[in-house]
Amino acid sequence: MSKTFSMGGVHPHDNKISANIAIEPFPLPAIAAISLAQHIGAPATPVVQKGDFVRVGQLIGKATGFVSANVHASVSGTVKSVEPFVDATGALSMTIFIETQGDEWIEGIDRSSQIVSNITLPGPEIIKKITECGIVGLGGATFPTHVKLSPPPGKKATCLILNGAECEPFLTSDYRIMVEFGEEVLTGARLMMRALDVQKCYVGIEENKPQAIQKMVDLSKRFLGTEVVVLKKKYPQGGEKQLIDAIIKRQTPSLGLPVDVGAVVQNVGTALAVYEAVQKNKPLIDKVITVTGFQLNEQRNFRVRIGTPLSQLIDAVGGIPENTAKLVLGGPMMGKSIAHQEAPVAKASSALLFLSEKETKRHSEGPCIRCAKCVEVCPMRLECYLLYKLGKANRYEELEQNRIYDCIECGCCMYGCPANIPLLDMVRLKKGEVLKIMKNR
Amino acid sequence: MTPIFIFTVVILSALGVFFAVVLYFVAQKFKVIEDPRIDDVTAVLPGANCGGCGFAGCRAFAEKCVAADSLDGLFCPVGGNTVMGVTAQILGKTAPEKAPMVAVLRCGGAKDKRELTNRYDGLASCAVAATLYDGNTACRYGCLMLGDCVHACAFDALQIDSESGMPIVDDTKCTACRACVRSCPKSLVELRNMGPKRRRVYVSCQNKEKGATARKACKATCIGCGKCVKVCTFEAITLENNLAYINDQKCKLCRKCVGECPTGSIIEVHFPERKEASLQVEQNLFTTP
Repeated sequence: MSKTFSMGGVHPHDNKISANIAIEPFPLPAIAAISLAQHIGAPATPVVQKGDFVRVGQLIGKATGFVSANVHASVSGTVKSVEPFVDATGALSMTIFIETQGDEWIEGIDRSSQIVSNITLPGPEIIKKITECGIVGLGGATFPTHVKLSPPPGKKATCLILNGAECEPFLTSDYRIMVEFGEEVLTGARLMMRALDVQKCYVGIEENKPQAIQKMVDLSKRFLGTEVVVLKKKYPQGGEKQLIDAIIKRQTPSLGLPVDVGAVVQNVGTALAVYEAVQKNKPLIDKVITVTGFQLNEQRNFRVRIGTPLSQLIDAVGGIPENTAKLVLGGPMMGKSIAHQEAPVAKASSALLFLSEKETKRHSEGPCIRCAKCVEVCPMRLECYLLYKLGKANRYEELEQNRIYDCIECGCCMYGCPANIPLLDMVRLKKGEVLKIMKNR
Repeated sequence: MTPIFIFTVVILSALGVFFAVVLYFVAQKFKVIEDPRIDDVTAVLPGANCGGCGFAGCRAFAEKCVAADSLDGLFCPVGGNTVMGVTAQILGKTAPEKAPMVAVLRCGGAKDKRELTNRYDGLASCAVAATLYDGNTACRYGCLMLGDCVHACAFDALQIDSESGMPIVDDTKCTACRACVRSCPKSLVELRNMGPKRRRVYVSCQNKEKGATARKACKATCIGCGKCVKVCTFEAITLENNLAYINDQKCKLCRKCVGECPTGSIIEVHFPERKEASLQVEQNLFTTP
């Protein structure tokens, strides 16, 4: 019996049309724009100047504090400038522009495809290596991985959960990683198990990925303590708290961390990055990105260097098809539509989606009929219709009492609403304000 | 049966007297002595409970007025100097005169001035749109035109102009309560001096981008050329981050800067129509020998 989380969730059509397309390396950009704020936490501090020559893998942004991550050059060439630049939503962050010249790597990076499965380093050394290489959570939250692997004192993880659920429709980057780099992923998991000092690792994969399940089950026989858990197809299974609920049947407390229930969740993409960082000395400089959509003639899974402009990805699939209404960075449920095509690929980017008018159209808002569909589908047990009403009236105390801060912004409520009420828009806004109030208290 | 009837009356009367005595002493014990002037001041205040004074409502403001030693720093923007004068009379204090203020939208990017770069189809609220992206035009500082300020206004002083798409302030209705200032996620609304005969001059732009970039995004932008700073004889205009700002305390409303601005981002309000500048030049040409 496949497992799943206990409450809520929706079943959008999975549309994994790019699932059988192999990952191919994407050509280098002429100019890479590498943002220093690609992670949650303090932006990195630039350590290169205009005119410097940098090589692939060289440190260009140093982490500022503990919750921060290093940033490395993804191309070799001359630093053109260091100035604020937009991301896909238009937010400004300090960005290093590198004009590409050749493809010169720094020494010590093992670029061969030979798998190094022998783990020599002890736990703390592994975490140090991960910190140096600027690895962040590649599932989308971009939380620095070394922070997750160093639980606060007094808390101890009992298991590692690898997140291969990929519950968002259209996305296939994690799937392709599991199929093509299965052994690397599990070696990465083993490195993280050693860093956390745990003996158990679960790999959660939704049942719509039979190839990946087969591959992982075969491999797990060779990896001690690794167990593949087949999950039902349900969104948002890839949410950290939902995945823990689905696999080990524990409920993460409100405002708590997964480690409070003894679990640490890492994305399969992160596991691959950890493997490459520790075993091959390769910092996080590229990312597997799905470029897909029903309008496109060909679907692609690219391995793209960070800093490549999105416009170049668009050009690679033959420009924007005529009937495209929205370009979305990320999945159709949680991804944000792109306001600036010149924005660069960042560590958080997972897919570039071309959606037609029909797929994205928002219908006009009707009155709430209290059908409680939103309550039924909410995986965090929130009363979304109530939060919307309270939010409209600016009743912050009651919003807090109704745990608005627990919202994971998955969008199930809006997906389920028959009256097309923009529930998430309001809840997201008010959640930010409530969290600000709580922080200032 | 008479005995039961008498019994009931006696018991209930006795209970009534007993409770009356208890309540009397309780009321004496927990008596709240309130200054009667609080009620008087509350009666004078507009009663809009808009929060423009910085207190939780008109009564809270009245309490503060009565308790405070002087009325410095306490001001009801809705009632203005008249209400504050009466309040001062009731309390026997002096109220400092304050120049009347008005809300001013510091963005001139009407529909015909800025090209749309994106289409927004989410919840019609500036605050929500601002969390999702930087704006539907190339100007990241400009008005989002979704009307949060209009909804925030309790005095009906703001309306979205259908032609320009921008909110416009009706300065006869605006009470300077600051509700719109707080509601704008782009911080475009500013409270400025109402000015004599409601005349005022201000820079209607907040774009801090370099001139060329700003000009590409919007035709009515301040490009930070500094011409207005040079022409101003009262040192009222400062230029910071490619953006001019007119200090309304120093501005003498001479309007030299308005004529000088190459993009027309300096706005004059309620001035009599001036003679055409070109006409004046022509006249000068003819009169000089």
